[in-house]
Amino acid sequence: MKTTAAARVEPSPRETLDSVVIRFAGDSGDGMQLTGSQFTTATADAGNDLATFPDFPAEIRAPAGTTYGVSGYQIQFASHDVLTPGDTPDVLVAMNPAALKVNSEVLKPGGLLVVNTGAFSTNNLKKAGYDSNPLEDGSMDRFRILSLDINKMTLDAVKDVGLGAKESNRCKNMWTLGLMYWLFGRERDQTVAWLKHKFAKNPKVAEANIAALNAGHIYGENAELPHGIHAYEVPAAHLTPGEYRNVSGNEATAWGLVTGAQLAGLKMMYGSYPITPASSLLHQLARLKHFGVTTFQAEDEIAAVAAAVGASFSGSVGVTGTSGPGIALKSEAIGLAIAAELPLVIINVQRGGPSTGLPTKTEQSDLFQAVVGRNGDAPLVVLAAATPGDCYYMAIEAVRMAVKYMTPVILLTDGYLANSAEPWPLPDLDALQPFPVQFHRDPEGFHPFLRDEQTHARVWAVPGTPGLEHRIGGLEKDRTTGHISYDPHNHHRMTKIRHQKVAGIARDIERAKVDQGEGEGDLLVVGWGSTYGAISQAVEVLRERGHDVSHLHLRNIWPLPEGLGDLLRSFNSVLVPELNFGQLTMLLRAEFLVPAESLTRVTGQPFRVAGLVEAVEERLQRSAE
Amino acid sequence: MSTNSPEKYSRKDFTSDQEVRWCPGCGDYAILAAVQRTLPSLGSTPENTVFISGIGCSSRFPYYMNTYGFHTIHGRAPAVATGVKLANPELDVWVITGDGDGLSIGGNHLLHVLRRNIDLQVMLFNNQIYGLTKGQYSPTSQVGQVTPSSPLGSIDQPVVPTRFALGAGATFVARAFDISKKLPEALTAAREHEGAAFIEILQNCPVFNDGVFDLVTDRKTGPAYQLWLEHGQPMMFGANGEKGLRFNAKTLSLDVVTIGEDGVTEQDIIIHDETNHQLAWMLTDLPDVVALGVLYRNRGPVYNESVETQRELAEERFGGPDLHALLRQGHTWTVT
Repeated sequence: MKTTAAARVEPSPRETLDSVVIRFAGDSGDGMQLTGSQFTTATADAGNDLATFPDFPAEIRAPAGTTYGVSGYQIQFASHDVLTPGDTPDVLVAMNPAALKVNSEVLKPGGLLVVNTGAFSTNNLKKAGYDSNPLEDGSMDRFRILSLDINKMTLDAVKDVGLGAKESNRCKNMWTLGLMYWLFGRERDQTVAWLKHKFAKNPKVAEANIAALNAGHIYGENAELPHGIHAYEVPAAHLTPGEYRNVSGNEATAWGLVTGAQLAGLKMMYGSYPITPASSLLHQLARLKHFGVTTFQAEDEIAAVAAAVGASFSGSVGVTGTSGPGIALKSEAIGLAIAAELPLVIINVQRGGPSTGLPTKTEQSDLFQAVVGRNGDAPLVVLAAATPGDCYYMAIEAVRMAVKYMTPVILLTDGYLANSAEPWPLPDLDALQPFPVQFHRDPEGFHPFLRDEQTHARVWAVPGTPGLEHRIGGLEKDRTTGHISYDPHNHHRMTKIRHQKVAGIARDIERAKVDQGEGEGDLLVVGWGSTYGAISQAVEVLRERGHDVSHLHLRNIWPLPEGLGDLLRSFNSVLVPELNFGQLTMLLRAEFLVPAESLTRVTGQPFRVAGLVEAVEERLQRSAE
Repeated sequence: MSTNSPEKYSRKDFTSDQEVRWCPGCGDYAILAAVQRTLPSLGSTPENTVFISGIGCSSRFPYYMNTYGFHTIHGRAPAVATGVKLANPELDVWVITGDGDGLSIGGNHLLHVLRRNIDLQVMLFNNQIYGLTKGQYSPTSQVGQVTPSSPLGSIDQPVVPTRFALGAGATFVARAFDISKKLPEALTAAREHEGAAFIEILQNCPVFNDGVFDLVTDRKTGPAYQLWLEHGQPMMFGANGEKGLRFNAKTLSLDVVTIGEDGVTEQDIIIHDETNHQLAWMLTDLPDVVALGVLYRNRGPVYNESVETQRELAEERFGGPDLHALLRQGHTWTVT
């Protein structure tokens, strides 16, 4: 915890802190994700800036008490700008021995460990792989420990409600949340209201949870805490005035798609097959039928994209969402949309690969798959969102490009963006530029591959329009009639047109510019996607330390923005941190013949700021030698 | 064309300017002609009709129709058609597929488009062979069929397309053959059905599987092997209508019997009830005779109608599309 020196002189019962990182950890069934998200909402209400990182196992309910069943939720909140969920927690809440086992290594020395001793039975210790109780054998002495039998205190708090033992015990996360609210001075009202709403049909459960929440809070107020443990305060951050909400990447993506379709003046068809971590897009959109959204839970990934392609043919915005393995299955149909030149938006919420890989962990390893992963010369547009809130704007951009250029667009997000939340200034809807689609209606001289001279986009003529009956498909078409053509020269020219159409979109996007630092110098750090926050903070630290480092973040992966090559060549060296084995690096080297170097990390976890700072300093050291 | 009333359309209006490129003698010609002749009589208009196909000889079909058409990818036509229909339920959507496209690579999509009961027609051209890839055995080829990929005879057990469709939960299952005069009748019934209509069309491939259905389709031998079904009528067939189907309660199957032999009378012949699923199941694969016409027809919830109903329900419950409210659902706060 960073302590503000000035605040110490204040005769306050609460110690004032600049920023805090808390990790809630427990069994998959302990409700840690709910606890974390409630704490997040209360923290946003308190005016802090924040970033979160839910980290949960692929198993829905792994056997209780095991290390692989541990579910975690990390939040960093501060009185200043927060871009990442924090490298290492200041506070660890461990609901059982397994949660302690998995997370105690990352807790800062001197950090606060809140531990539920009620779950520290011999059996649970054994399941977690402890030979002796770590709370008694001195192995946790480097932390400040708050040992509480949360199980027992929860049961005491809710016994008057009259629930069964199992349901009573389930309230322990709310007891813990109540205590954490007291420790960090958060309000309970919002959570109380949320519980009442969530358990509206089961008022006793609501009552018990509220009782537990209050009991945890009261415990904090009254108990004599061990030496060195007291309450804290994290003053509000100076956020830009306006209306805010917390938003996760998948929420923002879903809302962006809907907004995009509205700006285009079209209905939207979302075809999808459930897959982690993209399923919540389907859940979100299924609730938005009144926005002209049709969701189609298809029989498989191929049908999901094929239906989206069919919908686009019919004049809707066809959208499909999935993760890497699903994209692999959709590749042929994406190629069809390229050949037929139909709009199609494809969301890839990337996860660890190859194959099934790490379904619940984050990675950026589908860049090659997105840019080049199809048969034939098959160019399309690839975009990448940088933050949860950015997913909203990039989804709108994906729809805009798809309908304007009659092309598939892949939007890359990832598991980290999908599930992480950040306070998000609500967009000014009036400021969003509409891009109404005009279907072709004139039969005069019509053929389906008539093109706009500027954009090279072919006309969009939808079934139901008299006089424009035509046939399209995956076979090569004559560029002047739209009929099947095996003519060698025609194929060469059509391939070139498809290439030029996508390449030309570079003129329709922002020129390359650095996000932080000067436009020339010693080292340019180039990132893309969800690593924005970590790279941005790392570069800030590096610049504070006097290094001549700049940061450029790509949201347009293909085509790349204009001016990028010149910018890359304006630095002595270029470093590309990626959560893969150097995919953007290879793309930049291939495109611009620059000696870009790769900084790779593929652990299923986001970059840590400290890790990046260290790696960049090492790199600078080497070039200095 | 929009000013024309539907009945003014003729075969010509549904015929595209593209030269048909199937092999001479291919059964697809007859099917194409039947479709082009039938559509005008159904009140269809070229602009509201969409043909969607996968890959294979049959899947070239849309190019020859002067309607909207989409020649998609192998096996996926039912999925593309689903999207087309959901995006615009006003369209009359036809899926053209073959035994390889629809039952091998695309078997999954065919299963699901039928069970969902999306309002469209699926015409499956069954020639029991892969034509476009030059003659390998298909999922409907008979055991023992010698082809380049089965030099010692196919060892695959064939799928019975109508049986597959019934198993998938299709609400309309019919069978016809390419050169049959009654094909337009089957197409008409399919088009009039609300929900997914499946028609298997036995189709001759003169190059790689010539004559495979000759016994059934030949003008001379045919009548002895064609059982044309009519709802409410006894199931009789034969060169002189002397044969029929009798239910065997012991084996729970249908026996072919001859009237006048072994004391069989017309009273013994069972009446076709196209709403009877069990009966339809027995009709899919009869010994010594092929049931043609509508095997099964029943009402079921139509997927695209349910989609519309839910949309209306959502609009009723949540009102119009209000982005401002959408972004503010749940908890928001104001920083001053």
